[in-house]
Amino acid sequence: MLKIDIDACIGCGICESTCTFGAIKVEDGHAVVGDNCTLCGSCVEVCEVEALTIERTAKEDGGDLAEWSGVWVFAEFRNGRIAPVSFELLGVGRRLADLRSAPLAAVLLGSGLDRQARELIAYGADRVYVVDEPALADFTDDAYGNVLATLAREHKPEILLAGATAIGRSFIPRVATMLATGLTADCTDLAIRSDDGVLLQTRPAFGGNIMATIECPHTRPQMATVRPLVMKPCQYDDQRQGEIVEVKLDPALLESRVKVLESVRSKDEQVNITEADILVAGGRGLESEKGFGLVRELAEVLGGAVAASRAAVDSGWIGYPHQVGQTGKTVCPKVYVACGISGAIQHLVGMQSADAIIAINRDENAPIFGVATYGIVGNLFEVLPALIDRLKEQRSGKAGN
Amino acid sequence: MKIVVCVKQVPDAKDVRLDPKTNTMAREGVQSIMNPYDRHALEAAVQLKEQFGGTVVALSMGPPQAEETLREAVACGADEAVLVSDRAFAGADTWATTYTLGRAIDKLGGVDLIICGKQAIDGDTAQVGPGLAQRLDLPYVAYAKKILGCAEGKIRLERLMDDGYDVVEMKLPGLLTVVKEINEPRVPSLKGKMKAKSMKARVLTAADLEADPASLGLQGSTTQVVRVFSPEFRAERCMLTGTVSEQVEQLLEKLESLL
Repeated sequence: MLKIDIDACIGCGICESTCTFGAIKVEDGHAVVGDNCTLCGSCVEVCEVEALTIERTAKEDGGDLAEWSGVWVFAEFRNGRIAPVSFELLGVGRRLADLRSAPLAAVLLGSGLDRQARELIAYGADRVYVVDEPALADFTDDAYGNVLATLAREHKPEILLAGATAIGRSFIPRVATMLATGLTADCTDLAIRSDDGVLLQTRPAFGGNIMATIECPHTRPQMATVRPLVMKPCQYDDQRQGEIVEVKLDPALLESRVKVLESVRSKDEQVNITEADILVAGGRGLESEKGFGLVRELAEVLGGAVAASRAAVDSGWIGYPHQVGQTGKTVCPKVYVACGISGAIQHLVGMQSADAIIAINRDENAPIFGVATYGIVGNLFEVLPALIDRLKEQRSGKAGN
Repeated sequence: MKIVVCVKQVPDAKDVRLDPKTNTMAREGVQSIMNPYDRHALEAAVQLKEQFGGTVVALSMGPPQAEETLREAVACGADEAVLVSDRAFAGADTWATTYTLGRAIDKLGGVDLIICGKQAIDGDTAQVGPGLAQRLDLPYVAYAKKILGCAEGKIRLERLMDDGYDVVEMKLPGLLTVVKEINEPRVPSLKGKMKAKSMKARVLTAADLEADPASLGLQGSTTQVVRVFSPEFRAERCMLTGTVSEQVEQLLEKLESLL
């Protein structure tokens, strides 16, 4: 409960301006809190007369937290390879493990595993727990969840990280619930607080309009999922040494109440936009499927892949695998060309870490120009054809020489 | 079939802005809406009811004003509305939320299927669906994009994966979370709107749920917000000016150096 000391309160209104939920207001000269207070504590921090407090009954730790140590990364294996996000997690995991003076381990689930454990060590793992079972050939929340939760209970890692992929977002919340611990999804930053060693997990909320830093103070492991292309992997080092632990579990744990009958790979794109160095993205400004054709042309002449805002996908001009943004993919290419994209925050969170962003839009106030390295305010139905023509000229010019 | 649909009233996230100078949410014109993914969850439930018979119960955990969202749910085909509301629930993270919703569903009893939206557009965690299934010890499928059929106590569906989709079969009772591709939510019918107008949601308080107070709200949460701030974006930018051909020439130069 948020407690307001009416005598101490001077009705200055700082709390009202600070509240991100509009839940506290000054009425009759003092602060009054409404039903939608989320107890985030922002107002408590800013009150200059200490009139606000959040009553928290001292919470007990869930067991002896000191028993939990080590950083774990769930290594996602599907279609014969480890998902790149797993290596990125080993990158951040390595940093966290070193800060905690603890080992970094990967947990690898699947069937027909071969060199993958060695790969994980080359990317920074000190140890890899391998669970190689036919029952794990297909992803099921039951089997994957049971295995990871069982291993975590036995070995007690302090921190457990997984990719915020379709698989991760599906089963990791189940694992967190089984372990009765806290989970923070889609983290964009992970840090260790120096005074108590607690993991600080930063993530976007409200579609990316707000960033929140979150902690899991009383239970272990501290769990977090991280989106692909947010963290950097360590340098691959095939000389690196590590331990491989082959795990055999009770077969009952591998049973699943959901059966996978078939896996269908998307025919839509051979090119995965998250792996392209150059992306040309189109939005509402292209006005039609025909207009969107300019984006495809530019991508082709630049040797890049085609991406899209949600508006373009919703309009049916291109398929969902090309969607960039909060509800689509996160990309980090060398060059991102945003054509007719206004730059709503939900789109920006999916591409703002591109090395270079080029924006073409007729509205000089479009938010996209706030993140663009190079911006062109203009009519893209003039700019794009001109750009395409010049690039073709250059290309044939070079070929001619 | 008794189907429970979890719905949440959320601020329309696309309109939410944080003023970096004052750290305030600019709330002018920010509406409260039914979480968009929950509209799809509700539509999926109503379609199943129309096909197989049964009842659809719209369930929401929220402050008293969340009853508006339940009213909308009834207007779009839900038969019953249940509001789980109590000051004790304030500050709940997904762990405390799944506990509370789990107690409510236990209380309702006889549920065959629970359908949730993939995620709420304020929290964006996508954790409540799977967490709730685990609380109730139920199987679940997340990211359902198409329901293929339902027979002999099993539901067959397509689940979205990063590289395509899987065809899966789940035994009932169970839980689904749905993505937008699954359907086009209907608009409220006139009959629905009239029914919604006179509807009063059944309210369940912490006491009604026989809930353990230590498991509720902020107190019952395993995660805590340390701070909230505005995202920062890069400052460097260069606008290319002039005629179209001048702009294009400048851009070509820049591209040369980038590629």
